[in-house]
Amino acid sequence: MVAIETRNLTYTYPGGTKPSISDVSIKIEKGDFVLITGPSGCGKTTLCRCFNGLIPHFYQGELKGEAFLLGKDVTKIQTHELAKNVGLVFQNPENQLFALSIEKDVAFGLENLGFSREEMRKRVDWALNLTGIYDIRERSPHEVSGGQQQRVAIAAVLAMQPEIIVLDEPTSFLDPLSAQKIFEVICELNKNLGITVVLVEHRLDLTAKYANHIIIMDEGKVCSDGETRTILSLEETRLIGVGIPKATLLYNLLTREGMRLGNVTPLSSDEMAELLLEALKDR
Amino acid sequence: MSRSVFDGLKFRRVYSPIHNLDPRIKFIYVLGVFVAAILFSEILPLLALFLMQIPFVLLAGVRKEWLRSLRGALFLATFIFFTNVLFRFIGAGYAILPTDVEFSAAMTLRFIVLVESFSVFFLTTSPDHLGLALEQSRVPYEFSFAFTTAVRFVPVLAEEAETIMDAQKARGLELEKGNFMKRIRNYVPVLIPLIVSAIRRSLELAEAMESRAWGATKKRTNLYELSLHRGDFVLLLITVGVLMLEIYIRLFVPVPTLSQLFL
Amino acid sequence: MIEIEDVHFRYPGGVEALKGVTLTIRDGEFVAIMGQNGAGKTTLVKHFNGLLKPSTGKVRVDNTETTKTSVASLSKTVGFVFQNPDHQLFSETVEEEIAFALKNFGFTEEAIGKQITWALNLLSLAQYRKTSPFMLSGGERKRVALASVLAWDPQMLILDEPTIGQDHEQKERLRQFIVQLQTQGKTVVIVTHDVEFVAECNPRVILMREGKIIADGKGKEILTNRDALTQSSIILPQIAQIFTHLTALGLAKNVIDIYEAKEKLLRVWRKAEE
Repeated sequence: MVAIETRNLTYTYPGGTKPSISDVSIKIEKGDFVLITGPSGCGKTTLCRCFNGLIPHFYQGELKGEAFLLGKDVTKIQTHELAKNVGLVFQNPENQLFALSIEKDVAFGLENLGFSREEMRKRVDWALNLTGIYDIRERSPHEVSGGQQQRVAIAAVLAMQPEIIVLDEPTSFLDPLSAQKIFEVICELNKNLGITVVLVEHRLDLTAKYANHIIIMDEGKVCSDGETRTILSLEETRLIGVGIPKATLLYNLLTREGMRLGNVTPLSSDEMAELLLEALKDR
Repeated sequence: MSRSVFDGLKFRRVYSPIHNLDPRIKFIYVLGVFVAAILFSEILPLLALFLMQIPFVLLAGVRKEWLRSLRGALFLATFIFFTNVLFRFIGAGYAILPTDVEFSAAMTLRFIVLVESFSVFFLTTSPDHLGLALEQSRVPYEFSFAFTTAVRFVPVLAEEAETIMDAQKARGLELEKGNFMKRIRNYVPVLIPLIVSAIRRSLELAEAMESRAWGATKKRTNLYELSLHRGDFVLLLITVGVLMLEIYIRLFVPVPTLSQLFL
Repeated sequence: MIEIEDVHFRYPGGVEALKGVTLTIRDGEFVAIMGQNGAGKTTLVKHFNGLLKPSTGKVRVDNTETTKTSVASLSKTVGFVFQNPDHQLFSETVEEEIAFALKNFGFTEEAIGKQITWALNLLSLAQYRKTSPFMLSGGERKRVALASVLAWDPQMLILDEPTIGQDHEQKERLRQFIVQLQTQGKTVVIVTHDVEFVAECNPRVILMREGKIIADGKGKEILTNRDALTQSSIILPQIAQIFTHLTALGLAKNVIDIYEAKEKLLRVWRKAEE
């Protein structure tokens, strides 16, 4: 089943001289963990905004082509309708939380949708537990760390029980350890709850190992789209300027020199270490 | 620029019987005090009203902050006192009469009672609670949302202002240098980034709100519910009782002035 | 030269952010200060230009104690680029933005003109001279902020989290730019938690934890010291992670550079082929 599909999607911001994304045609299956990456300005943030209707409803501008979310035409449905199916987590943790207590923030979307108090209570507690922030639920957003704030944002989106969660560089402002914890939470949501995850990131060294599907963009266009291991082994991917994980880069360098390291491209240091031990242990 | 100003607005989770009272009932009480203060120009009832605040202040444990706000009101209070005395002095043919001094003192006290009743209200009501009360009263949701969001971001903006000042100081900006006009201009490199940042922040907030189904239904529900408890009914009774007493006194009981009692 | 002698610092709110830090940074060094959020990294570097003054202990910049002089005066030698360029940008054109600090420091009209042109060229911003900084992209705004600090040619440059939100290309350009500054004899201090970036730069690394320095040495040694890194909540760089698993092959653990890794592994592989 297709979660997100776009056909020849082209979008220009109001007042923009050229399109931010051109002719983007992608297909994301349900249950996928997709990584969207590319140099700054490649259009990945713009593309994300098309998935929940912020483009075209909030941003106006000129949208050509088609975008479908779970079969529904994004241009014909309001953002608040689409919010039930797709949640969007943004880059800056501080600017996504508006309530005076974390609990109330997680309930925000449900309050907007008019859920009953009992149903809200259940869902809020469920979301708080899944993201590991149940014990800080009564604190104010400003009192907690950036990593915890992002988990609140994820819980807030999770509470609406969407089939798809899109995260736009959610760990930019976080240190690597907090970032790792966020990715682990997201990975669990994908594996255990079957939620389709679309993650926009630069830090492939931390995230590539989770994704089964990667989309590389450059200057508004899609350059590569396919299985993570395949795409990251290609020389052209490195040339675009994408930050290939060092483990993968080392693998590519060694195999190009003729070293035999197995056919499966590693995406993490553990995988690479295994390959090296296999290949060199008898020496 | 002192950060302590903003510290006062930072939410301190205080639990006292006064803090737990429903803000709507507290507000009705404050209005009651307001009306009572306007009813009387004599110093004795006004003194009684003033003293009536004190148990609330003590029960809520906000004595320090309350005294601080009293100090703040002192400047205006002295001004009111002397203006009243001056005009009465002139009116009485350039003579100081004890009744005039008493009357001016009464006016000053009225002002203080009005200011202090609101101060007690805000000191004993957390922003959460106030926001919740706004949401559950007839106020349109947009307004209570604007209120709670503003309160939520005050410490954030305060921190940002400090960072911006540091950044510009590191480029040689000396805020305290120069004459009055120059000093005002010195703040331009601090204000502009702050304003631009606030605008950018609003845009990001709006995106997040939209993405969480803002505007989906007109009938918005609430995770919490403010319900009235025994304490609230007690306060309501007190308010109504005191108000009725005041009205009765005003209509039927002549209130003596201090001058009549002691001179 | 910066000398920090047993500095303790306590914020007005009561939090003790520095608990006895002693450190010397000589002219021309390249230092990375790393550690978890709250370890005291930014608090420490704010002492270098006098934004913060120590509660106890001494901070000396070029033999002058920071308590005896102003931030403006110290900033002439110590340039500080903050994390978010939007906290600095306020002028109508990039040119005016760069001129701001120069005017504050009392440069002559002629010198201001020269320095602006120099700074614009240094950061490839010449075509944006008359553009409003608010119209530029995120990466470009970062370069404008950098240019506006370099314009007065301070001996030392402090960069607070310069790699946040940057893509691979931008980080590479930043790394090369730092190398260029180093060849000019400038002292560069970066505060960061980007291990991969620090691994590529291989500077002197100082690790902090809870207000204290827990390690100080060459990048290669510190970034492969698993214990020290765990204590400061930092992940090892990927190459180092791989090599911790390869000790069975008789390979040393202190490798952080990918090309060095490649050579070492090829050597092992080729030896066996013989």
